[in-house]
Amino acid sequence: MSASAVHGLWTDLAAPAAEPIARIQAPTIEYAQLSPVLIVIGAAVLGILVEAFVPRRARHYTQLFVAGVALAAGFAAVVALSVSGYATTEAGIAAEGALAVDGPALFLQGVILLVGLVALFTFAERRLDPAAHGNRVDSFAAQAASVPGSDGEKAAVKAGFTTTEVFPLLMFAVGGMMVFPAANDLLTLFIALEVFSLPLYLLCALARRRRLLSQEAAVKYFLLGAFASAFTLFGIALLYGYAGSVSYARIAQVVEGTVKEVSPALAGTMGNDVLLLLGAALVTMGLLFKVGAVPFHMWTPDVYQGAPTPVTGFMASATKVAAFGALLRLLYVVLPGLRWDWRPVMWAVAAVTMVIGAIVAITQTDIKRLLAYSSIAHAGFILAGVIAAKPEGISSVLFYLAAYSFVTVGAFAVVTLVRDAGGEATHLSKWAGLGRRSPLVAAVFAVFLLAFAGIPLTSGFAGKFAVFKAAAEGGAAPLVVVGVLSSAVAAFFYIRVIVLMFFSEPTPEGPTVAVPSPLTTTAIAVGAAVTVVLGVAPQYFLDLATSAGTFVR
Amino acid sequence: MSFPLLTATAVLPALGAVATAAVPAARRTAAKWLALLVSLATLVLAAVVAVRFEPGGARYQLTETYEWIPAFGVRWELGVDGIGVALLLLTALLIPFIVLAGWHDADPSPSSPPRSSGGHPKENANNRWRPTQGFFALILMVEAMVILSFEATDVFLFYIFFEAMLIPMYFLIGGFGDRAHQGGEEAAATQRSYAAVKFLLYNLAGGLIMLAAVIGLYVAAGSFSLPDIVAARASGELEMGTNTERLLFLGFFLAFAVKAPLWPLHTWLPNAMGEATAPVAVLITAVVDKVGTFAMLRFCLGLFPEASKWATPVVLVLALVSIVYGALLAVGQRDIKRLVAYASISHFGFIILGIFVMTSQGQSGATLYMVNHGISTAALMLVAGFLISRRGSRLIADYGGVQKVAPVLAGTFLVGGLATLSLPGLAPFVSEFLVLVGAFARYPVVGVVATFGIVLAALYTLVLYQRTMTGPVKPELAKLPDLRVRELAVVAPLIALLIFLGVYPKPLTDLVNPAVRHTMSDVQEHDPEPEVEAAK
Repeated sequence: MSASAVHGLWTDLAAPAAEPIARIQAPTIEYAQLSPVLIVIGAAVLGILVEAFVPRRARHYTQLFVAGVALAAGFAAVVALSVSGYATTEAGIAAEGALAVDGPALFLQGVILLVGLVALFTFAERRLDPAAHGNRVDSFAAQAASVPGSDGEKAAVKAGFTTTEVFPLLMFAVGGMMVFPAANDLLTLFIALEVFSLPLYLLCALARRRRLLSQEAAVKYFLLGAFASAFTLFGIALLYGYAGSVSYARIAQVVEGTVKEVSPALAGTMGNDVLLLLGAALVTMGLLFKVGAVPFHMWTPDVYQGAPTPVTGFMASATKVAAFGALLRLLYVVLPGLRWDWRPVMWAVAAVTMVIGAIVAITQTDIKRLLAYSSIAHAGFILAGVIAAKPEGISSVLFYLAAYSFVTVGAFAVVTLVRDAGGEATHLSKWAGLGRRSPLVAAVFAVFLLAFAGIPLTSGFAGKFAVFKAAAEGGAAPLVVVGVLSSAVAAFFYIRVIVLMFFSEPTPEGPTVAVPSPLTTTAIAVGAAVTVVLGVAPQYFLDLATSAGTFVR
Repeated sequence: MSFPLLTATAVLPALGAVATAAVPAARRTAAKWLALLVSLATLVLAAVVAVRFEPGGARYQLTETYEWIPAFGVRWELGVDGIGVALLLLTALLIPFIVLAGWHDADPSPSSPPRSSGGHPKENANNRWRPTQGFFALILMVEAMVILSFEATDVFLFYIFFEAMLIPMYFLIGGFGDRAHQGGEEAAATQRSYAAVKFLLYNLAGGLIMLAAVIGLYVAAGSFSLPDIVAARASGELEMGTNTERLLFLGFFLAFAVKAPLWPLHTWLPNAMGEATAPVAVLITAVVDKVGTFAMLRFCLGLFPEASKWATPVVLVLALVSIVYGALLAVGQRDIKRLVAYASISHFGFIILGIFVMTSQGQSGATLYMVNHGISTAALMLVAGFLISRRGSRLIADYGGVQKVAPVLAGTFLVGGLATLSLPGLAPFVSEFLVLVGAFARYPVVGVVATFGIVLAALYTLVLYQRTMTGPVKPELAKLPDLRVRELAVVAPLIALLIFLGVYPKPLTDLVNPAVRHTMSDVQEHDPEPEVEAAK
């Protein structure tokens, strides 16, 4: 038995492994192609060092600077790679087969970096919460370790502590999310999943206000996330048993039946369809959990509500981008041969997700929960594009993700502005008459809501049209009908918020709209600008998504 | 490249809307004048379109084509036929009157918006809350979108503006309600937002179903261009399965039937027209709803001729129900504005009837009906609005004897009412007559039933006049002022137009008839009898 049987990762390379040990070659790492990820992860590590060595007073700005520069540099690297043709002609496998550098990967990495940058601005906002004991504070707990309501917490608040660790955590999450859609073997997929999930669990628990709610959300997210990770890992093991490898290309070949030789160690299981179907189902389940598709959506409303709003915005947009990227790659690269098996299942999941997301949202009274259910419905719409199983499906999903993530991050940034004495006023009744008090903020939020509802001339419409068109061309016309009907239902609750904001009389004890620093203003402005531009002139970005719509294998 | 005239007719009001919205809060009057000037300039542009249009020429004229979103196959493709020109003129003509009639409708009233009673010391809401600017900007925005939907020959382009115009309409209905409300400020706000939401949800649901059909059309035809698809279907290049065609037809028709509105999808209209201010109600019924009937004529018949013929019996029955049901409910109304709304439903029944009897008289009549109904309803509703704003009540029972104290108001109201009941000599008579002739030519029974609509129209109009204008003067009305100069400037031209088009409809019929012949050839229908040019 050779080593290759065990370490399928190096299957192709390890063939001459019988040679003396001195001749093992160092793996070739394409540093240029990996530079976006390396920059971001490097900045995250640097951020940890900043926590250790930079004085507390200077940490906030140092961290903001490091993270901002790294995200911008990472984006520049993505653009440079795309311009050099790595998205199209030069696309290939990097890092010994662990990562794919191709159009979808680079496109989604670019989106994640930009969304991360916008989210970074909302993370760093320190003008919304009233100053505590003369110190400017952000949305995060003064000291995460102190028990809510304890003397330790009071002391931490009095001392003006802030949790600047959120910046390196954000960077780790961004780094993991960038690897996730690029992962080209199942182990990298799993590691990326953990690298971005763990910081998110932590970030969810760090709210400054309503800390118990926040911690509860984090625990829920962690427990359910751990289950999902376990399922994924189990599925990976089964797929390895089936194919004798964790490499995407290798599994795909085995599914197609083009690989005949069987590793002796796996002779009993290899090619066993039960393993394939179970494994594929379990891995897909883990990914569907991350995108928040029904029936794996239960965590979404609680976590979205409890997490600090900047984190919610980041999580709602970037996680969805990363997870849909990974799902696309899994279904289109690894399991195209299994299309007739996964398409009916995905049909059902997409239909149920759209319908349940739209219907349950109607009864919500909290703006963050409402947006959570709306995100579930949107996951259903995106799944309709995934199901197309055509190149148009890939590009439409890419476009939808780009459009949706900016709307989401902008909408949650607006939510951070509406405040009363208890912090953010997320109960819908408190939003009554906001349009009278702050016409501009209400109008921008209305634009985001209309984009969620898919009204023409917003990015939401262009995206929705793209995925529905792809789905219809892919033979999923009934799904399109379900989609438009649930859009009509969904429109009802978006409109209800607009009614509240513009047509209801403001209550005397209603919330105020805080005047943010340029950071949040920029975040909202970017979100609104992208929403309008992608709605009115989407052609350039559709072209970009189309040219980026080919996976390598 | 020639001057993009059609684009200009839409861009001008759109830019005007932005400029109006940007007028500072204190310069309210400037915003009104700006909106009025922009709407008049748009009317001039529309007149230029009408002059440059040659009725005997190509089917779509003044065409413009630019690439917009090639990835979706969407082009900025505009072009007008005679029907489009007629409705473009109607829209551009009515908007200045709507602006003028709504001159004071969006002035901040002494009671609202409520000054914050403490609690928010930093707040300076009234500096930024600019309802007046918003009101006129929204009207111009609606105008731009309606004009684009009359001009678009790209199905997707049409869909975008068909759907997008709901948003400004929604804010017009929900944000600026009728002050003459029985239940006080609070009840008014509740009913207003109910009406606005109902309006939006009905139309949005219809529109989204149409979206599925639009996508389906693209999958089936591979193009969004109306002339291309019609040509391909006529030449047999594009085959469409019977079921596909019928499903797509239903998707389109449903959206248009909600907009038009056709019984039983009409229930949003009385709410919306009742709660909106009179000028906005006119905007809804005289302008925006016309997009629905126009689109039936242009898209349903053009794209799906076979399915249109398949659906004709059902559509005719629904139209008849609309005619009779709308008229019956109008008779029973106690609220003046809701009465006009139900009368409109009855009239929309006539329009749809004219379209689907598939005769050239019927379709010419339907097109004329769209124009004439726009003008006559505008006249009636705006005068009713002036009356309501004087008394502060919409209930018919609160009026009586108005003609003794305000004879001009009563007289113009009477002319508007007589136009609504299609008195010969006024414009609606010509169109109603044509529709009935067209109906009798093919389906005599349908014609007989539709005629009941006229009888009922006489009933509800004359009873309305009798109850409000004649009889002893109610004490509260003794000091009712007559029409002011601004109000006369709104009503007089409309009435002059009604009389002119009633006596001499030829300019309009000449414009419309060639376009109707094209539509008739789309559906490959011929008139059952030798041509009867009833209008001549």
